[in-house]
Amino acid sequence: MIALLIIIVAALLGITIWQISKIFKLSQPIESDDSQIATNKDNEKQGKLFLVFIVFLYGLMFYSFWSLSKFYVPAASDHAEDYDQLFFISIGLIMFVQVIIQFILYWFAYKYRGQKGRKALFYADNDKLEFVWTIIPVITLSALIIYGLFSWSEIMNVEETDDTLVVEIYAYQFAWRARYSGEDRTLGEANVRFIEGINQLGVSETDPYAKDDIITTELHLPVNRPVLFKFRSQDVLHSAYFPFFRSQMNVVPGMTTQFGFTPSITSKEIRNSDYMVDKVRNINEIRENNDNLGPDEKNYEFEYYLLCNKICGVSHYNMQMKIVVETEEEYQKWISEQQTFGELTAKN
Amino acid sequence: MSVAAQPLANDHAHEEGHHEPTFIEKYIFSTDHKMIAKQYLISGLIMGFIGIAMSMLMRLQLAWPNETFWIYEVLLGRFGEDGVMDPSIYLALSTIHGTIMVFYVLTAGLSGTFSNLLIPLQIGARDMASGFMNMISYWLFFISCVVIVSSFFVEAGPASAGWTVYPPLSALPQAIGGSGLGMTLWLVAITIFVASSLLGSLNYIVTVLNLRTQGMTMTRLPLTIWAFFVTAIIGVVSFPVLLAAGLLLLMDRSFGTSFFLSDIYIQGEVLSYQGGSPVLYEHLFWFLGHPEVYIVLLPALGIASEVIATNSRKPIFGYRAMIASILAIAFLSTVVWGHHMFVSGMNPFLGSVFTFTTLLIAIPSGVKAFNFITTLWKGNLQLNPAMLFAIGLVSTFITGGLTGIILGDSTLDINVHDTYFVIAHFHLVMGISALYGLFAGVYHWFPKMFGRMMNKNLGYVHFWITAVGAYGIFFPMHFIGMAGLPRRYYKFTEFPYFDDLADTNILISVFAFVTAGAQLFFVYNFIHSIFYGKKAEQNPWKSNTLEWTTPVKHIHGNWPGEIPQVHRWSYDYSKLNKEETDYVIPGQDFVPQNVPLQEHEEEMDD
Repeated sequence: MIALLIIIVAALLGITIWQISKIFKLSQPIESDDSQIATNKDNEKQGKLFLVFIVFLYGLMFYSFWSLSKFYVPAASDHAEDYDQLFFISIGLIMFVQVIIQFILYWFAYKYRGQKGRKALFYADNDKLEFVWTIIPVITLSALIIYGLFSWSEIMNVEETDDTLVVEIYAYQFAWRARYSGEDRTLGEANVRFIEGINQLGVSETDPYAKDDIITTELHLPVNRPVLFKFRSQDVLHSAYFPFFRSQMNVVPGMTTQFGFTPSITSKEIRNSDYMVDKVRNINEIRENNDNLGPDEKNYEFEYYLLCNKICGVSHYNMQMKIVVETEEEYQKWISEQQTFGELTAKN
Repeated sequence: MSVAAQPLANDHAHEEGHHEPTFIEKYIFSTDHKMIAKQYLISGLIMGFIGIAMSMLMRLQLAWPNETFWIYEVLLGRFGEDGVMDPSIYLALSTIHGTIMVFYVLTAGLSGTFSNLLIPLQIGARDMASGFMNMISYWLFFISCVVIVSSFFVEAGPASAGWTVYPPLSALPQAIGGSGLGMTLWLVAITIFVASSLLGSLNYIVTVLNLRTQGMTMTRLPLTIWAFFVTAIIGVVSFPVLLAAGLLLLMDRSFGTSFFLSDIYIQGEVLSYQGGSPVLYEHLFWFLGHPEVYIVLLPALGIASEVIATNSRKPIFGYRAMIASILAIAFLSTVVWGHHMFVSGMNPFLGSVFTFTTLLIAIPSGVKAFNFITTLWKGNLQLNPAMLFAIGLVSTFITGGLTGIILGDSTLDINVHDTYFVIAHFHLVMGISALYGLFAGVYHWFPKMFGRMMNKNLGYVHFWITAVGAYGIFFPMHFIGMAGLPRRYYKFTEFPYFDDLADTNILISVFAFVTAGAQLFFVYNFIHSIFYGKKAEQNPWKSNTLEWTTPVKHIHGNWPGEIPQVHRWSYDYSKLNKEETDYVIPGQDFVPQNVPLQEHEEEMDD
């Protein structure tokens, strides 16, 4: 891959230098016709270059789909399937239009390149034609809008059931914390004005619901159980972006925002999926050859992550939290080992 | 205003020859719209040079995040010590790059240049309604440029909260260094810019409404003028809202009000702000921010209409539909701002509404694209550099517009919001497209502005490298966005998951360097042609619009004698006579607007 890139770079540089030398030759006004208006010869040449450009553009699109679409984030939540379906339908549709329309555009640019003696057609209007290309987008877009809106309301209107796990995601420059509601299934009151010493999230020490809350630096989620996230920020805007779960919500100081999803694939499962095994092997090869990394950083193992996706300060690029999706039993075991807020404050 | 301006303009026409303007009157504090257009263009190009140079530094950093480059130290000084770029300056670069490109290059440089140059010339007016206001508008813009560039010399760095400057990050110097004096300068610069833009826009609107020459009805206006006119209206509607947002932000920053801030704990203390909402700021900002996209784009589309029709030797297809599309886009552009905020925490129901209005805007946009293509059909395309850029514009406008269908859908936006998919989308649809419009305009009207021709071969090379490079940069970029790569990240190496995207980032950067390098051809061509270009004839492109009836040498008042009268629309290219034996004017495939209707000729504009 690197070799290919180097070849491309070299080729482009070569072309540039070749063109520069040519240009300086061409820019000398020695030709007899130097009106600087396109001549018959120019039209011929530039028209043909449009044909060459079609080849380049289609080559580029093909290359991108062929070798870059594998980067598309794998899905690991219930609504992700619905999301991906809508995404692929939309991409399919726009690429269909793109491939046809770009071809027509450049083909016309080539086909109707100026020639001496050619008469252009005086063609100013055609209501029927214009109606057609108004109504077709109207119908297609209506279908997309309706489809999109159904998915949207399904994803955004999360209903809290008895089974729902409510977790607060707390953001600050430049890290995340998770707060579980504990046995009473209710998050204790919190406000930045309560922040003091070890109570970094500003949870109210007098609120009885807060006693059993559990604050962690990793997010553990049981598989196949709906989670409702409540987001809170202590300083600036952040955005909680869970790419694998097709979820994102801004974290806004002064208000609580929310988003819900149901993780459907455990960390272990996705790690062992063909896709991820391949990808991680490839990444580890890259890391092996990267001299900037220490020996203990070389070996990467896939973990889900949550990242910040709204500019939040100098270390915005490294504001992440590890997410572990596991079975219900593993989750229960993990959560029972965590310290509650009551225990945390009692120690002091 | 028009009453006052007309006699004045006539006076000038009479005065000609009596009073030789001094250097300062002619080149600096000029009230002549043609000179002001040139001032806008040259200032805009210089700002563009700065803005693009910043993006090169960012691409260098993104391609090789852990390498050192001496250029950082040379250009960024303290922020690039030992050749390592400081993360804070990366954010500052992206902030100022966005600000400069959107406001200074594509709003002032594009709309300012061509509205000023073409409105009086194409509608048949001696000058703008108020030449003085026009001059003030330019000089406010100039001051604004100086202020924004000077913010790079502030100790804690320039504004760094992204070009959208969302509070609280932009309000609190504790949150990021750039939100101190740098941010104050940003607000000052933008305030002055808004004033400049409003003075300019009001002038354009009044001029188009009141100073059209006899016979120039609204439905005989070239589409360029329609685009500039509607752009000015959108500007007048939306820029004041940005000013309001900026003002409230200034109050939060300096006077302790809480419009946008609430419940903040930073650096060990709770701040006293209570009750404000950053989401309110987002609403206010995008109420300008989205129309701004069309403020940038419509003039480019208007220029493309004119350039494509002239060089196709055909009337623009669907003239009325084009006007209707411009109006529809303008209206819709003010009711779609919420699609920037699907995941901002606003009520999801609003998301549904904005999805609906946003996808609606694809319809008039589609009409425009199809009409451009149909204009090419069966034409006799004169492939001048301006024409190439106009065709390129249609291409990138389609590509970028199509990906907008993904982003405008609230559901799909969830996972690509604020990723490189967005960067790729808007760079193609408004960045590259509008730049192509700017280039098309410069190549096309250069003879009108400077009385000389630009070198076409340099123009061709400029176009082809740019066309290849622009797609090379932004098409693959969609895919790293779909991989979940967030924007405004100083480097991606903190996430091993992104390691395999490094090659694509290098590829994009290489394309970026080559493309930026190609712009030097333009710079050379532009400067060289001003002084040594071939002398232009009066109507080099054989165009119908009125600006080509003025003499090559600029005079105050534009036409030496009477203002020409208009008898037809501006698109009578290749129109045949009644018997269809020859063109209306035998042997000439165009009929300028000031030529009266021939016997038995039917007017086409109804």
